[in-house]
Amino acid sequence: MIQLPVEPAEPDMVVRLSFGADPRAVRRALRRVHAVLSGARVLEDDRAMAELVLAEVLNNVVEHAYAGHATGMIELALSLDAEALTCQVTDHGRPLPEGELPGPCSGGHDPQDLPEGGFGWPLIHRLTRDLGYCRTPGCNRLRFRLTARRRA
Amino acid sequence: MTLVADPFDGGLAVRFEGARIDAAGAIDFKDGMKALTGSESGRVVLDLGQVGFIDSSGLGAIVAVMKQLGPGRRLELAGLTPAVAKVFRLTRMDDVFRIHDSVAAACSDAAQMP
Repeated sequence: MIQLPVEPAEPDMVVRLSFGADPRAVRRALRRVHAVLSGARVLEDDRAMAELVLAEVLNNVVEHAYAGHATGMIELALSLDAEALTCQVTDHGRPLPEGELPGPCSGGHDPQDLPEGGFGWPLIHRLTRDLGYCRTPGCNRLRFRLTARRRA
Repeated sequence: MTLVADPFDGGLAVRFEGARIDAAGAIDFKDGMKALTGSESGRVVLDLGQVGFIDSSGLGAIVAVMKQLGPGRRLELAGLTPAVAKVFRLTRMDDVFRIHDSVAAACSDAAQMP
């Protein structure tokens, strides 16, 4: 059992989104998040990396947790404080393999045998802090923090 | 997404007209590139100047496009925006692809990769 990181003390903004587990709904949710972070004056570089990490996490849910399911819902909760964005992604699909977070390693980069996938978890590990995963019956919950510096 | 092909001496430049290469569009992109490049030979330069966002599915699709070209033909990239360039750096895919500042720079570049 991995302890999930605590909530930020006093978030400036809390956003909750709930959407169907399909690539187009994920794209719409990411656009929404980007707009919210832009409105909150989060720096462009941090916004871009937040969008990337959330894309990886949400696409993993669509492609793996809900693989073979006709429908499924994803809940995304974002909480922005002075310098970080705390994210919690909840789904009701299959658990992660072995019930644990995949490691940060990816395959080699032999040009003869380039990987077409496997980039996601290394990016997630690289760009997040306090990454935690919790499986309760029928429910996956992933929590992490992202750098979100704000323009003055 | 629209792909616009523009032949130049020695190869084909393809401009990706769209803001994102992501999980929702990766398959269309791969299929479109296959249709455009399948009967050609020579260099292929993909212009990503309009793309502001790429995820690992999009990156995987670009790798797949290079593999579709077959041995001896390498996919070259041009015009990466800062966010896209950063994803290539973070995944070390910047070592795999030849990356040019622009299509014009790619076309005038005589030193080609095998």
